Amino acid sequence: MKRIFPILCFVTALLLVYGLYQALVAAPTERTMGDVQRIFYYHVPSAWTAFCLFFTNLFASIVYLVRRNPKADALAVASAEVGVVFCTIVLITGPIWARPVWGIWWTWDVRLTTTLVLWLIYVAYLVLRRFSDTAQTPVLAAVLAIFGALDVPLVYFSIWFFRTQHPQPVMGNGGSLAPAMLHAFLINLLAFSCFGAMVCWSRFCLELLKREVEEAHAMESLAGAGASPKTSLPLSRSSR
Amino acid sequence: MNSLWSLTWATLVKDIRLEWRSKDALNAMLFFSLLVVVIFSFSFDPSAEESRQIAGGLVWVAFLFATVVALNQTWARELRNHVLDAYRVSPAPPNSLFLAKALGNFIFVALLEAVMTPLFIVFYNLRAIGPAWELIPVGILGTWALVVNGTFFAALSLRTRSREIMLPLLLFPISIPAIQGMVEATRILLAGDGSARFWIVLLLTYDVVFTTACLGLFGTILHAE
Repeated sequence: MKRIFPILCFVTALLLVYGLYQALVAAPTERTMGDVQRIFYYHVPSAWTAFCLFFTNLFASIVYLVRRNPKADALAVASAEVGVVFCTIVLITGPIWARPVWGIWWTWDVRLTTTLVLWLIYVAYLVLRRFSDTAQTPVLAAVLAIFGALDVPLVYFSIWFFRTQHPQPVMGNGGSLAPAMLHAFLINLLAFSCFGAMVCWSRFCLELLKREVEEAHAMESLAGAGASPKTSLPLSRSSR
Repeated sequence: MNSLWSLTWATLVKDIRLEWRSKDALNAMLFFSLLVVVIFSFSFDPSAEESRQIAGGLVWVAFLFATVVALNQTWARELRNHVLDAYRVSPAPPNSLFLAKALGNFIFVALLEAVMTPLFIVFYNLRAIGPAWELIPVGILGTWALVVNGTFFAALSLRTRSREIMLPLLLFPISIPAIQGMVEATRILLAGDGSARFWIVLLLTYDVVFTTACLGLFGTILHAE
């Protein structure tokens, strides 16, 4: 696996450069929106990558709850963190595009709201992981991930109903893309998926290393305190 | 099944008795939401028509904040003298503990709502145009929606650092659809603006989904070590 990693990184970098060229140079300028439409080649692939990562997080959380495999938990951490980064990109690039095209920065549309709520849930997830540093953190975080996954369809449904009750701005539902645009879009979709997967993989390896180091430190201090083994064991879980 | 209910009942009665003697949570909640009502009515000075539109949001935000005040105290009581550890090693089903806590909180928050609603009506000159009796199911379902997840997340954040701040951080994002349901249903019923059926069904769905999830996962949380 370690030998493949640099090769895959190189391929991803090539794809990203080619995707940049495709999006900024090769793809034709959109007739009504102009150059600002090109943000679409980054916005949608980022959203796709973020959703894939959140899905990975849910999957890893369920695997962790069933199997109690620490690697699944490391994957859950990695995918949640990287997913939040990509989701943030989505939430920033969206309004930059929306302002010139819709004339507003933000609207409580189904997709926008669901993405925002998903982002909030995963930020809460990361805050929980940060604020809780006991051995039970992985279980608590995995449970929260499941609650978040149950929540998202309800959010989608409620906003969908809410918005169909009210007038809404015209959505960019332009039908089919021009072939050159579709090409640029698909290249970027592939490039961003690879990019997200590579970053997540690196973060996953980093998390495993971090845990190894922590474990080694713990063992070392246990060995150092070996003279009085009765007091060296951390038995403080129920004393708070 | 029998033992589940009898244990739930025993814990519930114990909690209510404790609360009745100390009145810590109830007094804090009542005074807190009174303050919220007063501050809101200073901040917005609406006409009767405007207040029908915004009162749903104000009422539920006030109740939400007050609920968090109560929820933070729910489990803290069980940490003293290692009561929770005793629960953990006892053969009692974890869900009876959870149900008792959730029902207890439901009763406290419902009491709070019963006291605060007249105050809201007075301060905001509210008079419902729609079918006001439908506010009762909205209130019951909405309160349960807040309380069931709140009790669960209070247990979840029990052993984290600064748990008082953790609870709203976890509870609010998950509660967004429920809050939207309560606020919209209340607004529609007060303003007589169509039917609130969808929002009641949404609240019911939310309650069923998350009650099931809480009951399914509470044992995992309680025994997480």
